[in-house]
Amino acid sequence: MSISWFVVLSAFLFCIGATGVLTRRNPLVVLLSLELMLNAGNLALIAFSRMNGNGDGQVFALIVMVVAACEVVIGLGLIVAMYRRRIPIDVDEVSELRG
Amino acid sequence: MSINTWGWLVLAFPLAGSIICALLYRSPNKKLVGYIGSGAIFLAFLSGIGALLKLQDLPEEHRSAVSNLFDYAKSSGIAVKLGILIDPLSVFMVLVVTGVSFLIHVYSTAYMESDAGYARFFSYLNFFVFSMLLLILASNFVLLIVGWAFVGAASYLLISFWYRRSTATYAGIKAFVMNVIGDIGLVIGAFILFQHTGALDYAGVFAGAKHGFDGVNDGPLVAACILLLVGAFAKSAQVPLHTWLPDAMEGPTPVSALIHAATMVTAGVYLIARMHPLFEQAPAAADVGAIGGTVTLLVAATIALVVTDLKRVIAYSTMSQIGYMIMGVSIFAYTAGLFHLMTHAFFKALLFMSAGSVISAMGGEQNMDRMGGFRRAMPFTFVAFTIGALALAGVPPFAGLFSKDEILVFAIDRGGMYAVLGVLGYVGSLLTAFYAGRMVFRTFFGEQSSEAEQLMRGELAHGEHRNPATGEEEDTDVGFPGPEHHIAERAPAMRFAMAPLAFLAVIAGAAGIPGATHVLEHFLDPTFADSKFAGHVPSAGAGWAGLAVGALLGIGGFAIAYVLYERRAGYTLQLRDRFRPLHDFFFNKWGFDDLYDRLFVNPARAFGRWGRDVFESAVVQGVLVGGTAGLVRSGTNLARAIQNGYLRVYALVLLIGVGALVLWFLLESASA
Repeated sequence: MSISWFVVLSAFLFCIGATGVLTRRNPLVVLLSLELMLNAGNLALIAFSRMNGNGDGQVFALIVMVVAACEVVIGLGLIVAMYRRRIPIDVDEVSELRG
Repeated sequence: MSINTWGWLVLAFPLAGSIICALLYRSPNKKLVGYIGSGAIFLAFLSGIGALLKLQDLPEEHRSAVSNLFDYAKSSGIAVKLGILIDPLSVFMVLVVTGVSFLIHVYSTAYMESDAGYARFFSYLNFFVFSMLLLILASNFVLLIVGWAFVGAASYLLISFWYRRSTATYAGIKAFVMNVIGDIGLVIGAFILFQHTGALDYAGVFAGAKHGFDGVNDGPLVAACILLLVGAFAKSAQVPLHTWLPDAMEGPTPVSALIHAATMVTAGVYLIARMHPLFEQAPAAADVGAIGGTVTLLVAATIALVVTDLKRVIAYSTMSQIGYMIMGVSIFAYTAGLFHLMTHAFFKALLFMSAGSVISAMGGEQNMDRMGGFRRAMPFTFVAFTIGALALAGVPPFAGLFSKDEILVFAIDRGGMYAVLGVLGYVGSLLTAFYAGRMVFRTFFGEQSSEAEQLMRGELAHGEHRNPATGEEEDTDVGFPGPEHHIAERAPAMRFAMAPLAFLAVIAGAAGIPGATHVLEHFLDPTFADSKFAGHVPSAGAGWAGLAVGALLGIGGFAIAYVLYERRAGYTLQLRDRFRPLHDFFFNKWGFDDLYDRLFVNPARAFGRWGRDVFESAVVQGVLVGGTAGLVRSGTNLARAIQNGYLRVYALVLLIGVGALVLWFLLESASA
């Protein structure tokens, strides 16, 4: 199987994830889309790793997973904090960084 | 101690006094401040006497000592030393200044007693005396200019001593600005002299002037001398730079006595006398001085005839008398001019001190229209004032007659144009005697004013606290006059100060009786030995004839005043109505103030208003400040627009950025 399939699939997944991040307003869905983007990256890493017969890419993929887990923890924590403070669960409402 | 040590001590004491008084500004012990202030001047006076004695020990041709403390500035071609020159002229001036100043300090200890700014007052007074002595003792132009400017600054500080009084601060500013005009003249004059002689110390300039300038009346030298005259005229309140002096009467009366009568305003006379080798080489400039002095003495005398403010009458008489001195030194009658400077310092300080006593008795009121009949209520003040007025009028045997006539006789003796000036001086004499009499008869004779009656009953009018010029309400806190008024009758310190001056105003004329005594002439001879007119003394006969004419005019003027104000009281009002235009012309001070207002003050104000309203708001606020701020603001608005706080917009930007980078790398790798 050609590497192109993997890469194209990975690109599709990445774009779907990116579109989700950009368009959705629910932070939970944004987090999900973010995971999708990360996993698209993972897929590409593993595909290239297999193509080159080198394990480094897989190690990177593992690290990305760890980072993703941490990120999800923090992201969910933020969402819970927002909920506790009765802030609407909507990323557009949390726009206090506006200059 | 050497003569130089004495000279430096003369400078050191007032400076130390000024600093110590300033540091004691919080001290509740007012007496101590007064003692320190007066004591410093007294010590300076004693040091002056020490210098005098040492000077007299020297042989006559060596009576000139220069002492340099250190180099003030040293660069290519210029070596300015912090040096003093002690010769008969400077010692004479030191003694007059410190002597009269000491008495005025003593007078002030009582007169200013209740003022909240007591220590400040003495600090300023000491600083003034220091500056004046620096001006007198300087041995080069740089120090002279420093002293000259210090004196102007001290004058400003003291005129606006009551700094919460708007008229006083205005008068202070006026005096300072006028004085700075003179400073500029002096500085440019010194530059020209330096350019042509390559020296800044007096000896070097005088020696260099003989070769540096092309003979007599060389253009640059005349210009330099006229610029020096600008300085002298501004400091000595001569027409046309005189308008500040009458306004300077806003200061406390001791200040008027010290600065605006006895010492500072004589600086111009001193300057011309000190620069006599230059003026003799540029007689054209000296003639300008002589004519300016004569014009001033007549203008001021005519204004003094009609002004009703007691202090201003004395101020105009000061201008007028200094006109005599300037005329004297400008026609090369140095000794006579300086003799008049000395006698004038005595009787004018006395007049001001007595006037201060009267003004206190009136509760701060200065208008002669409201005064009258103080003769019995204040006998001491009356006697002192009358002595001063008689000396001013030139009634024999008081001091003013001898000194003034010495100038006028010299002028007539020189003949030609100078004789005309001399005759005009005699006309001025008659006017002087008349207004001197007018002051005496309007203040001390006639109907008793209510204040005089109160005083007879033993009460001292304290008046309401108002500005005598505008009637504005005042309190008695710092920045305004204190609550108490002091009169010579009740304050021993004031009497102590006035008595010696009265004595001197009577007998000082004995120092220069024609054909008999030549005390000053002999003493000052070493300074003026190089003058072409050294030893040029009108014959004793001419001197006595002049004295006779002067005495007649003096007595006559006083008698006319007596007739007009005592015998036929009210007749002056008829005269005033008959000669209304003339009276108004004199009363408006010959229109000088109006002219200057129109020529300089109003245009400057208009320019200032334009600057504030148009330039400031349109150019500074609008373009410079507003433009810069607008530029920054529009830039930040752009940056703010990006920061809209929407997470997905940030994400999009990030994505676009990364996408663009990736695309760029792809294209790079494709092309490579």
